[in-house]
Amino acid sequence: MKHFILLLCVLMTLISTATSPVLAHKSSDSYLSLRVDGERILGQWDVALRDLDYALGLDLNDDGVITWGEVHRRHEDIASLLLSSLKLRADGKICPARSSEHLIDVHSDGAYEVFRFAADCPETPLELQINYDFFFNFDPQHRGLLRLDFGKDVQTAVFSPLQRNWRTQRDGVDFLRTFVAYVNEGIWHIWTGFDHILFLSALLLPAVLTYSKRRWVAVTRFSEAFRNVIAIVTAFTIAHSITLSLAVFGYISLPSRLVESAIAISVIAAALNNLRPIVQRRLWAVAFIFGLVHGLGFANVLIELGLPKKALAIALIGFNLGVEVGQLAIVGAILPAAYLLRFSWFYPRIVLSGGSLCIAMIATVWLLERSLNLSLIS
Amino acid sequence: MSERAKKTADCHGRAHAHGTFRNVLLPIFAATWLFFQGNISASAPYLPTDDSQPLEQLPVVGNRELRGLRALHAELAKHPDDLALAVKVATKDIEAARSMSDPRYNGYAEAAIAPWLSRPNPPVQALLLRAILRQAIHNFQGAMDDLDAVISSDPRNLQARLTRAVILEVQGHYAESLKACLSLAILADDVITTTCAASVNSLGGQAKESQAALMAALNRARGDEDPQLLLWALTVLAEIENRIGDDASAEQHFRRALAVGTHDAYLLGAYADFLLDAGRADEVRSLLQGELRVDPLLLRLALAEKMLGSAELAKHVDDLRERFSVNKLRGDKSHQREEARFTLHLLGDVTEALRIAQENFGVQREPMDARILLEAAIAADMPAAAQPVLDFLQASGLEDAHLQRLASQMTRAER
Repeated sequence: MKHFILLLCVLMTLISTATSPVLAHKSSDSYLSLRVDGERILGQWDVALRDLDYALGLDLNDDGVITWGEVHRRHEDIASLLLSSLKLRADGKICPARSSEHLIDVHSDGAYEVFRFAADCPETPLELQINYDFFFNFDPQHRGLLRLDFGKDVQTAVFSPLQRNWRTQRDGVDFLRTFVAYVNEGIWHIWTGFDHILFLSALLLPAVLTYSKRRWVAVTRFSEAFRNVIAIVTAFTIAHSITLSLAVFGYISLPSRLVESAIAISVIAAALNNLRPIVQRRLWAVAFIFGLVHGLGFANVLIELGLPKKALAIALIGFNLGVEVGQLAIVGAILPAAYLLRFSWFYPRIVLSGGSLCIAMIATVWLLERSLNLSLIS
Repeated sequence: MSERAKKTADCHGRAHAHGTFRNVLLPIFAATWLFFQGNISASAPYLPTDDSQPLEQLPVVGNRELRGLRALHAELAKHPDDLALAVKVATKDIEAARSMSDPRYNGYAEAAIAPWLSRPNPPVQALLLRAILRQAIHNFQGAMDDLDAVISSDPRNLQARLTRAVILEVQGHYAESLKACLSLAILADDVITTTCAASVNSLGGQAKESQAALMAALNRARGDEDPQLLLWALTVLAEIENRIGDDASAEQHFRRALAVGTHDAYLLGAYADFLLDAGRADEVRSLLQGELRVDPLLLRLALAEKMLGSAELAKHVDDLRERFSVNKLRGDKSHQREEARFTLHLLGDVTEALRIAQENFGVQREPMDARILLEAAIAADMPAAAQPVLDFLQASGLEDAHLQRLASQMTRAER
């Protein structure tokens, strides 16, 4: 026996001097390389067997050694795990992927599954969006290292728990398309982001009234109401543009829970101010201060969407403009109706007071949900 | 087993320590197999042909502790609301990461406490663990924020205070670090407080006094100290003695620290540096032969091989190059000190080495960080680049024979 060990040890030395890489201990990485070829995206994704074992339990006989048999019997599971962890979208439309080949390779820290796949997009992609969500729940220090061969350039990116989305354009960025896409995102966000609608509504509802001697009185001229609205919307816009830009360019970064909670507080404050006015004339100042907070909220959305590096400014302006368009639509819906109803007895009582009370209550629920991570209403 | 066979088995890792069939033979089978299949050198994707072909050896092999850890993770998945369990699992993960120098376990630890950290008021235990994890990836500011939060809600938390002192020291904030060390006095063992304080003070112009104080504390010690603590104290002592040029004492204390028997990559690295400075490259080679998986230790081995003119050097340089480039890809900058040394001494890329050393010195300021920046500045013949180090030496009063030699070499060159 002892001679046997000796012999093998000599062999080992031989091997390590001759060929084998010295295996490293390192954090978990996967290597994803994609090549866009017409409508088809060809991918190769190298994932450490150690990580796949951690996620799926490859070592069937539990002897601590993963054999080829143990890997290839689980190819289907590996493929479905990997394919469900990676979403490719071309210009917003999903490109379904299917596996084509399973191989093995050795990287600096051990053996890797080499997973080859192909994804077919409905049309030749101009903008590619990648969503990577693999292994982060097992190891938040895992990183997905992307190499993308798209048009003339090769681009790289790193996916992490905080950066699961990434989007990019074919070289020679199509600025117009990017711009339009982000204007749409901006509008969409205002329309689906109920909190911004409620905040603006709370500020706009009293714009057709003035508060004097502890009661609301309707304004007489449209121009007066219009001026109020313009001041509010402009202040809100300037404020959120400031923080949105600062956040997107990386100068400020606040945890999203904090920002979302602060947005809920802003809605509550705006609504309560209608019930017992503290700020009466300078509502635009309220809009400005809270607008700073809403801008951070927009930024979180924009960053989550994944920003095109080459067209960052275009995307930012487009998104901002989209938000404006969304806002103006809200103004367009509220202002004429409010102006027409301003003299009626129920406008100050039912619409303004009742509406504000409802808004305050909804926002309170949000505040509780967001600050305590609860889910009260889904 | 004959002495000779024992030695040979020793050369490949933990064979001697565990002596199990699996531990020695299986990896060897795997390697021989791959060798004869001619696949490993290809480094191109291939299709294995035989089901029984071993591809990867998991760290659980021959390690009962790690097997238990896996079971604990499964248990935690079933009881995500059990904070005590999450903390236990994460703590064991961090210990595993440390003892094996395998950062993947830090990632698993982070996953174990992640649900608690996303709560509005994360529990103190989870924050403390996150601080340790953040420190490991050199996110010092993040770690300090967590530690401050821990200490403000649990002022008697020894681990938090100690970790805080260590980070402040690494950053070169000696006065604050010393204050943090002294705050340990009412909470901790004499050896802990003295080691902490001696470590800081020795960098701030009181090396001899610190050595004496630490020796005294070790002599007073009852002898039933935690091995980890003893190892830390002895390492700090040996490093102080190395810096003041008391090589005989340094040697003696490094050896005592190694004899504690806990595998510690930091200690091995520090001792290897000591040996390299003394020109004892062959000893470095035998010390680090089984440590190839750990980047900083592979670096020291390669430096020794360069001195020895060893045939393995080229391959180890290639391996290190690949590892550093992967680190760079994932945005990990926690090995910049080693990367600067590698770039300067093994690649000979002076400009790049200087750049990395400068960036590194902005993050951490231990003597070795100062040293590599001085060395790179001298090699690049850019004395101005070393000015921050000279200022730092002046301000701190740091006594370090190697640094002083380099600094005077630099000022001589300037004249």
